[in-house]
Amino acid sequence: MKNFVALTRMRVKLAFRNKMFFFFVIVMPFGFFFLWLGVFAKGIPVACTFYLGPVLAFNVMGSFWGLSAALVMFREQGILRRFHVAPVTAADMLASSVVANYLITLPIVCVELLLARVVFRVPSIGNPISLFILISIGMISFSSLGLVVASVTNTMQETQVLNQLLWLPLIFLSGATIPLAYLNGTVQRVGLFLPATYLVNALQQTIVYSASPLSRYVEIGSLSCWALLTFFLSVQLFRWEPEARIPRKAKLLVAATAIPFLLLGILENRSDRVLVEAKRAFETLNPPSSAPKTSSLKNSPGDNPN
Amino acid sequence: MPNPILQVENLVKSYGDVQAVRGVSFSVEEGEVFGLLGPNGAGKTTTVEILEGLRTLDSGRVSVCGLDPQRDSEALKHEIGAALQATSLPDKIRVMEALRLFSSFYKRHREPEELLQRFGLEEKRNTFYHQLSGGQKQRLALAMALLNDPRVCFLDEPTAGLDPQVRREIYDVIEELRREKKTILLTTHYIEEAERLCDRVAIVDHGNVIALGTPRELKSRSGDTTRIEVRLSKPASDGSLQRLDGVVDAREVDGGYVLHCQRPPQAIVALVKYLEAEGNELVSLEIATPSLEDVFIELTGRRLRD
Repeated sequence: MKNFVALTRMRVKLAFRNKMFFFFVIVMPFGFFFLWLGVFAKGIPVACTFYLGPVLAFNVMGSFWGLSAALVMFREQGILRRFHVAPVTAADMLASSVVANYLITLPIVCVELLLARVVFRVPSIGNPISLFILISIGMISFSSLGLVVASVTNTMQETQVLNQLLWLPLIFLSGATIPLAYLNGTVQRVGLFLPATYLVNALQQTIVYSASPLSRYVEIGSLSCWALLTFFLSVQLFRWEPEARIPRKAKLLVAATAIPFLLLGILENRSDRVLVEAKRAFETLNPPSSAPKTSSLKNSPGDNPN
Repeated sequence: MPNPILQVENLVKSYGDVQAVRGVSFSVEEGEVFGLLGPNGAGKTTTVEILEGLRTLDSGRVSVCGLDPQRDSEALKHEIGAALQATSLPDKIRVMEALRLFSSFYKRHREPEELLQRFGLEEKRNTFYHQLSGGQKQRLALAMALLNDPRVCFLDEPTAGLDPQVRREIYDVIEELRREKKTILLTTHYIEEAERLCDRVAIVDHGNVIALGTPRELKSRSGDTTRIEVRLSKPASDGSLQRLDGVVDAREVDGGYVLHCQRPPQAIVALVKYLEAEGNELVSLEIATPSLEDVFIELTGRRLRD
């Protein structure tokens, strides 16, 4: 525990001394925030309320990018070797990365919520407890994804390629960039297999409809399981040495990280719960008559036969 | 040996098809400075990294402070200090922060302030790691290796790549540790370093220990001879140099000739006469007192180079 605290403190300090940090952790998230609420939502309070969840999810998910790159850089430069010869465990090293990232990102998200209320006149940020839990679990789970990426890639170049491959579907198929209800029906169904979709939807439901933590048990539970699984795997696959290569068999283990959302995706494709909720939230922007015709929902709240 | 703190028996380690260490055996007594001397790729670093618990062994037995580096890895890390060959620290960590951070990992530790003074880094306490010179980085590495007041200190090529003046500064530091009766395992490919700093030296080549003893014992293997290194404009005929008056041994090494002589003046006169008779010319001539280099040449027919 003592090592974990010392490492976390060091990681936070180092982050604030890094010029790139200001760009990727402060400038970019605020840039996205103003783009989503100022341009996409045109500063209209109702639309800002709708877009606040996706942009928060966008910034929370971004954790994985910086974390994987930092860890691979530490390994390539031989920095991890120095820690390896000291009584520091892989779990200390990885947990401190996740928590340092959390401590840095959480205040930024809080400032974004404040700006949403003050600058964009968002009437309510919904249920603050749900919001806090979802943002925390989101940050931890996507940070852990970053640790897995760092564990399975050998060079910075490989890390960037894999990050891109993961990042693009996460932001474009989850509703974080383009509202889920606006996407093609097939794409919506593919999106249900992505963890990002559940984070975006849960944050949106929390902000727009003040959803309680209990009502979001599926998202909170699934993201928590996923966080534990990815963190566990990253500890198992962690490499201190730059020349240590990951065995092919171990790479297969990484496929296990897809299991929770593969199963949830199958269930959610049957129930349509998330798609119905996403459509309902989307309708706060558009009257039902102008809702997109691409939806593939079997049921929707507006389809009440009575 | 009464009480070896470090024991290596028939150590074998391969990387794929390459056998890096081929049955190395030696032991080190408490308070001894023991050197592994050999060219790059001889297996020195692999041996040391197995002892530090950073690498697994294929076969053989090693023990450090009575602990098995693999099985008792965590306990061992509290007992040893290490200055690794290829390692680094984060660019933006300050000297004092690095010392404080690493000292916090150990159960038993020395005051970072004391080490800062001892290694002449007081003025650099607030300097970022990336702003330090090569010599300062190496002094910091040595200070960090002593943070936990280790029972055994591993110094892997502590002066590699440093200019001669900085190298001498590091020698002074190691000599001070020697006076304090610290147990040190030092790897080097510098003859001068091994001769000056080590109580005993194991000469390693191609993963084998080819000679072991005190520098004096090893040098006495070459007999009471003087080494004369000559370069000729044309190759000498087979065995002709060996037959010269005063020469006890002659070998061709790296395009030149190394003559071991009991009576150097006679040998030089005989050499000049021989060259005149053969129509050959002397390009260069160097006279040296016996060193571990002679032992290496005698055993391998090669020179120990950087």
